[in-house]
Amino acid sequence: MGERLGRLAAIAVKEVRQLSRDRLSLGMIIGIPLLQILLFGYAINLDVRHLPAGVADMANTELSRELIADAQASQVVNIRTRVASVQALERLLRDGKIAVGIYIPPDFDRRVENARRPAAQLLVDGSDPTILGIAEGLTGLSLPSRYRPAFAAAPLFAVHDDYNPEHRSAVDIVPALIGVILNFTMVLFTAIAIVRERERGNLELLITTPVSTLELMSGKILPYIVIGLVQVTLVLLVGVWLFHVPLRGSLLNLYLASLLFIAAGLSLGLFVSTLARTQFQAVQLTVFTFLPSILLSGFMFPFDGMPRFARWLGELLPLTHFVRLVRGIVLRGASLADMPADIYALLAFFAVFMALAVLNFHKRLD
Amino acid sequence: MNPDFAIRAEGLTRRFGALTAVNRVTLAIPHGQIYGFLGPNGSGKSTTIRMLCGLLKPSAGEVSVLGHAVPREAEALRHKIGYMTQRFSLYEDLSVEENLRFMARIFSLPRSARDGRLDTTLRHYRLESLARRRVVNLSGGEKQRLALAAATLHNPPLLFLDEPTSAVDPQSRRDFWDNLFTLTATGTTILVSTHYMDEAERCHRLAILDRGRLVAEGPPRALMRDIAAVVLEIETPDPHRAGELLRAEPWVGSVAQLGTRLHALVARDAVQPLEAVRRRLAAAGIEARVEQTAANLEDVFVAATGFNRGDGAAGHG
Ligand SMILES: Nc1ncnc2c1ncn2[C@@H]1O[C@H](COP(=O)(O)OP(=O)(O)OP(=O)(O)O)[C@@H](O)[C@H]1O
Ligand SMILES: [Mg+2]
Repeated sequence: MGERLGRLAAIAVKEVRQLSRDRLSLGMIIGIPLLQILLFGYAINLDVRHLPAGVADMANTELSRELIADAQASQVVNIRTRVASVQALERLLRDGKIAVGIYIPPDFDRRVENARRPAAQLLVDGSDPTILGIAEGLTGLSLPSRYRPAFAAAPLFAVHDDYNPEHRSAVDIVPALIGVILNFTMVLFTAIAIVRERERGNLELLITTPVSTLELMSGKILPYIVIGLVQVTLVLLVGVWLFHVPLRGSLLNLYLASLLFIAAGLSLGLFVSTLARTQFQAVQLTVFTFLPSILLSGFMFPFDGMPRFARWLGELLPLTHFVRLVRGIVLRGASLADMPADIYALLAFFAVFMALAVLNFHKRLD
Repeated sequence: MNPDFAIRAEGLTRRFGALTAVNRVTLAIPHGQIYGFLGPNGSGKSTTIRMLCGLLKPSAGEVSVLGHAVPREAEALRHKIGYMTQRFSLYEDLSVEENLRFMARIFSLPRSARDGRLDTTLRHYRLESLARRRVVNLSGGEKQRLALAAATLHNPPLLFLDEPTSAVDPQSRRDFWDNLFTLTATGTTILVSTHYMDEAERCHRLAILDRGRLVAEGPPRALMRDIAAVVLEIETPDPHRAGELLRAEPWVGSVAQLGTRLHALVARDAVQPLEAVRRRLAAAGIEARVEQTAANLEDVFVAATGFNRGDGAAGHG
């Protein structure tokens, strides 16, 4: 046992040493998560101004003109065209001439009095999350105060968006982003770490030594567990500071969930390493596992809106379960105990792929 | 453990698809000696070594190494063998000392003995001044000393060295071989592959491999003595034309030009080879002095590999 741990430690220490001398890898450990969170976070949150807009003012009253002037003054939109019908507005939107359409119905003044119905409509292309964010900003616009009837409880605008009914924002994306980043880096790093030894010929020597497959694999992934936790912390800090993501659940729960997910990712990486012969193949295989994760996990598209087959596939992906866990913990303040199914799923994934990796890795060259 | 031989192989064969890289090789390698594998590129030296240390599974044949059946009991061998791969396989981004320390831990040298063992090894292989140097920056000879140091760190009774001296200058090669003899003096068995004749000549025993087959085996002196060819030295003012003439003769195995001399191998069963050559050259009007000389290892190699191509007559068995 002591000898086993000694060999495992030797591998881990060597791995850390090599890593500390490899500037590119070191940069990637910090760089990938930082870049991704800034890209994703800002793409959604960015305070874009002067979006090209069109107006179809069917009411043309003092109140409606005032509203348009307010929207223009907000600098969020830049009203370029005025058209005479909602169809014309939709056409402009479809052709990409405008990003936002403001539709004011003929009975605008009367609607304003009515608490149950929104007075006007914003037409947006919600497939672009940036614009969706803007639209949500605009719905916050209130009526010019002197016209504000005391009983008007309904929002002034109703956002009409066929593309993204969940109206997600950075708050929603950032926690799940922890998973996306780990999903990529953990699989890639471990896969490359093993394949590199094969490619450089180190493995031919290593497998004639007393190191066992399990010792080799454990020693290799140990440093990456720590790196994974560093990445979690990084994304979390940026998320909280820059994007004001609320952390409603327990930090311990969050780290435990991350640990579980890191283990799953590392086991997948090890498995990939037993298939790939070159580092390039390892990267290709990693991307191959990464794309379905992004698309089917509920990170990009709402899970419940996906076709049954896609959901079934999604359930097989660790990212799906981690996205549920992390959203639950961070956004809803849930605890791990509330979500046992996802925990078991991650554990099962880890066990299956670790076993596959160890079985598929022969202490031989053929 | 087999008391007689460190390694026994019986009908060892390895196929890669249609290619038979090692073809029914039978070996008996005694303890405590340097045993050489001599063969041209692609003759199956590395493949044989890899099968002997359990890295490749034989397609056919039986292997027993230090009494363990390989590859079935390969794990039991791990502490008992040292392996120096043909391609440098330590870590280039680590220092000399870090590499050795890593291997020491991998082989579970007791902590108390580790530092001492490391110091003696560094000193013995003249690596002290390089201890902190990254391996990428080492010369070919320094890398090779490090690789041997790493392979012997745990004092294995059996060493596999796969072309350890390629890319190393003659002086370093001599030093390297001194190290090998020091190791055998302490009882280590060494299996070394090479394609240098001078190195092959220093082995206690030698196996000559050609296209996967074992074509000659024995102590180098015996191989040279029992060569299945007559070696002739031909001194002539027109070595080029003489060479061309002789090469065209079916009973001439090979002709090599060394400056103004020709070195020719003639099948032993040819009638009076000396006379035959003299007559042939005289007939063409070429002045020449022809003498029989002792075979060197290169002749053995050529006779064993080249001669077998045409008629299939075995060189030695
Ligand atoms: N993994 C492999 N897959 C396919 N063919 C292989 C493999 N390994 C070796 N071979 C082939 O087997 C033959 C013997 O190769 P081997 O490496 O044993 O030769 P060698 O005597 O060590 O040559 P060298 O002096 O060049 O190192 C070669 O033709 C080689 O191409
Ligand atoms: Mg070779």
